[in-house]
Amino acid sequence: MDVNLSLISVEIATAILAMTVLVIGLLVPKEQNYGLGYLVTIGLTGILALSFMYYGVNTNLLSGMYIVDDFSVFFKQVFLIAAVLVSMSATLYVKKIGSNYGEFFVMLVFATLGMMLLSSAGDFITLYLALELMTITFYILTGYNKHESKSVEAGVKYLLLGAMSSGVLLYGISLVYGMTGTTVIADAGKIQGMGSMPPALVVGIVFLIAGFGFKISAVPFQMWSPDVYEGAPTPVTAFLAVGSKAAAFAALIRVFLGAFGEYQTEWKLLFAALAALTIIIGNLVAIPQTNIKRMLAYSSIAQAGYIMTGVVAASTAGVKGVAFYGMLYVFATVGAFTVVMNFSANTGSDEIKDYAGLAQRSPLLAAVLTVCLLSMAGIPPLAGFAGKFYLFSSIVDQGYLWLVIIGLLMSMASVYYYLSVVKVMYMADPADDAPIVVPAGAKATLLISMIITVFLGVYPEPLSKLAGMAAQALALMN
Amino acid sequence: MDFPVLTVILLAPIIGVLISIFIPKEESGIIKAVAGVTTFISLALTVVIYFIYLNQQIPLGGGMAFTEDIPWVTDLGVVYSLGVDGFSLPMLLLTNIIGFTSVFSRSWSVEKRAKEFYILLLILIAGVMGTFIARDLFIFFLFYEVVVIPIYIMVIIWGSGSKTKAVTKEYAGMKLTIYLLIGSAFLLAAMIWMYVKAAGMLGSPTFDIATLATVAFDEKFQIVAFGMMAFGFTCLLSMFPFHSWSPDGYAGAPTAVSMIHAGVLKKIGGYGLIRIGLFILPLGAKFWAPVIAVLAVANVVYAALICMAQKDMKYVVGYSSVSHMGFVLIGIASLNIIGLNGAVANMFAHGVMSALFFSMVGYIYAATKSRYIPDLGGLAHQMPVAATGFVVAGMASAGLPGLVSFVPEFTTFVGAFATKDPFIQTLAIIALTGVVLGAVYVLRMIANVLFGPRKEEWDHVEDIKGSYWIPVVTLIIFIIAFGVYPSLLMDMVNSGVEPIAAKFLSAGAQIGGNI
Repeated sequence: MDVNLSLISVEIATAILAMTVLVIGLLVPKEQNYGLGYLVTIGLTGILALSFMYYGVNTNLLSGMYIVDDFSVFFKQVFLIAAVLVSMSATLYVKKIGSNYGEFFVMLVFATLGMMLLSSAGDFITLYLALELMTITFYILTGYNKHESKSVEAGVKYLLLGAMSSGVLLYGISLVYGMTGTTVIADAGKIQGMGSMPPALVVGIVFLIAGFGFKISAVPFQMWSPDVYEGAPTPVTAFLAVGSKAAAFAALIRVFLGAFGEYQTEWKLLFAALAALTIIIGNLVAIPQTNIKRMLAYSSIAQAGYIMTGVVAASTAGVKGVAFYGMLYVFATVGAFTVVMNFSANTGSDEIKDYAGLAQRSPLLAAVLTVCLLSMAGIPPLAGFAGKFYLFSSIVDQGYLWLVIIGLLMSMASVYYYLSVVKVMYMADPADDAPIVVPAGAKATLLISMIITVFLGVYPEPLSKLAGMAAQALALMN
Repeated sequence: MDFPVLTVILLAPIIGVLISIFIPKEESGIIKAVAGVTTFISLALTVVIYFIYLNQQIPLGGGMAFTEDIPWVTDLGVVYSLGVDGFSLPMLLLTNIIGFTSVFSRSWSVEKRAKEFYILLLILIAGVMGTFIARDLFIFFLFYEVVVIPIYIMVIIWGSGSKTKAVTKEYAGMKLTIYLLIGSAFLLAAMIWMYVKAAGMLGSPTFDIATLATVAFDEKFQIVAFGMMAFGFTCLLSMFPFHSWSPDGYAGAPTAVSMIHAGVLKKIGGYGLIRIGLFILPLGAKFWAPVIAVLAVANVVYAALICMAQKDMKYVVGYSSVSHMGFVLIGIASLNIIGLNGAVANMFAHGVMSALFFSMVGYIYAATKSRYIPDLGGLAHQMPVAATGFVVAGMASAGLPGLVSFVPEFTTFVGAFATKDPFIQTLAIIALTGVVLGAVYVLRMIANVLFGPRKEEWDHVEDIKGSYWIPVVTLIIFIIAFGVYPSLLMDMVNSGVEPIAAKFLSAGAQIGGNI
């Protein structure tokens, strides 16, 4: 079989980067390995630049097992950007943890590789392997701060629940294979003549939804995420909230639009109900939170609900909305978590009440957090508004006006808890006047997040073009 | 391409923001000057184009002028398109009058963290302007929501609680924000729905308001969509029973924010209801007009009655502005050109008048540190200039002939009677009592605050001086000029609402109604 390896050079380069950093980390003495973080940042930026060459390729290799199309390239860039931003901002925080500095960044790259493979997976087996590569590295990263019991607890919790959800997903895959006789996703969609949905396939699809629902932390599979988000080291939380979620969405869309497009009337309603529940519960439970990481965890559950509305649309417009929202969600979330990680690296606290007077102690941190939170709430002219517009306009004509109203009402309700943070930062006077030190890398992350969030809100054209290409490519490949 | 005058007007305050960011925060005088100069540039240019339009465009029958179109988001069909007609130009003028004067208003709390205050104020002014000059619905909505967050931050930092009610500034700010955002959620849902539907019918997506108005939406859709939009817009306009944020919000806000909010931001609700609701969805408007008319009368009478019982000056002005919005809504609900003329002119008149009112109340509050009416009294002895401004605002509020609000109110009632609909006419008669009640509460406040025996405890307060003269003089000039020459305003407004009213006549003919 002829395999054109140059098609997967982005993945190969990522794997090489991970190995190289791993080896260098072993060779360099522990006191001098602080450069590894920057090495990862630079390497991933290079790979990001390289990935632009793969727009418009739209082909597959290994008879459909692995797909390189604009959709996968777009999502790879989502993960790479998230990884670059996290690796840039995490240096101070990881240094504070103290142990195994280099390994943190190695794991980060491996997780990125897993996500990239996941977005390109054209076959259920590839999909599962990629998912496990990503998830297992996240188990390690979640429990990375081994001196902190919360972190270890989060790691174990994530491992147990994650393993179970993988089992459910795998079972679903096996049922689908049993009914269709193929593991290639696109081929499964071409099986005709099953008539109405066979019961085994119904069970398989429900299991797949449960498995993916866990990864994207959709209600009612969201129980793990607040605990894990709170316990994990903050850079890991940021990457988990962004990368893992976006990767699961990429795979979910490929599977449901590719393999089960025929039965969309059945699963659309299910997704619509899940999306509504996720949006409502995520936002309402976020309101009473006093810990900012838990609040962001619940708000990211709600964000997953918004993104699911694009899946409900099951159309090119919907996929475009998901892609667009996925990208801007990276900037808003990583920006917000960068503020949180630098604040806690300075003060040791994640409590919202300790953010009092942050606007006077560090105007940059306060401004970035405000912009990122308001973008998540969908307040124009920030990017979140444009994203929600794409998502909601894709479903409004399909009889889901109720879902749009729920989504918009709840995003306005979310303004309440986002603004409580803003209020604490701007209104109160600081209890402690010590200035907050933000390292250069984190500053860069903060500025990039803020500028892009504002820019894409005022002028969404560039990103909407790319997202549109991604969505069209997916429609072509099916 | 011509000189992009509207963009310049829009961007002048934003440039002020960019300059202010680089001025050290100790230099609050310079920052205030930057804010004053940039808002003055906007005001001066607006006055210029107002007269150009009045002299050149009105004889030609109006229409959009000074247009600018730049494709913005191609796949959504968003165009950065600006333009003004006889409807939006008075609103733009109003925004700039109030924007400029609010910079020089006085609140004692603003001396702290002045830099942040003026930056937010300029963003707020630019946001409000944007809504009035946008011809594209998407751009309109962008600006519409931009204003909410700065207001929240300004209320919670520089606002004040009330002595007469258990209302803190945090509560007032959050209540205002939540009300407006919940309203805008429905508005946005209706907007997205309308956009997608229109894209299907037209074959290509567009947000252009004039194009959307040519689409013949079916009646059922219009009724539902207009209902959702009207909810959003009337929340902002503080229609009964969605008005309760407004007195609390104004009382809590610093003077400049009260001026902008009551003076012009609220008017976006009326503007949107007419420009988007009535213009694009006439059948929906016809369905809902009786409901709006009933609630409008409740606005006028109920708020005026509450107003009489208030002991806090800011609450008096706050409830009076709710009451005045009832006149605007009655004008809108009459659905004819006279009524619409009255509604739009009323929005303008109430804007300048309430800005002056809030400015004077804010000045007295800042000088005496009290706005509790029983504490005050005889202030005309110590501060004759502020008292003059106060009395002019009060008289304008009571609808005295010769001042700005007389002709608009008169026109509104003529419009309501011109409907020949006994139901609307009856409601208008009930609403007329609001004019009487309005005179009562205004005179009562003026008597108790300004007149009466001299109180020695206020001998130390200073009268208006220095840059605090600017709001009084500017606003009084506009109040008197537009009162003495109402045609300056009415000709303009008439040309602006004419196409909307014409749309109504054709829609009426289409469904055989007798509007």
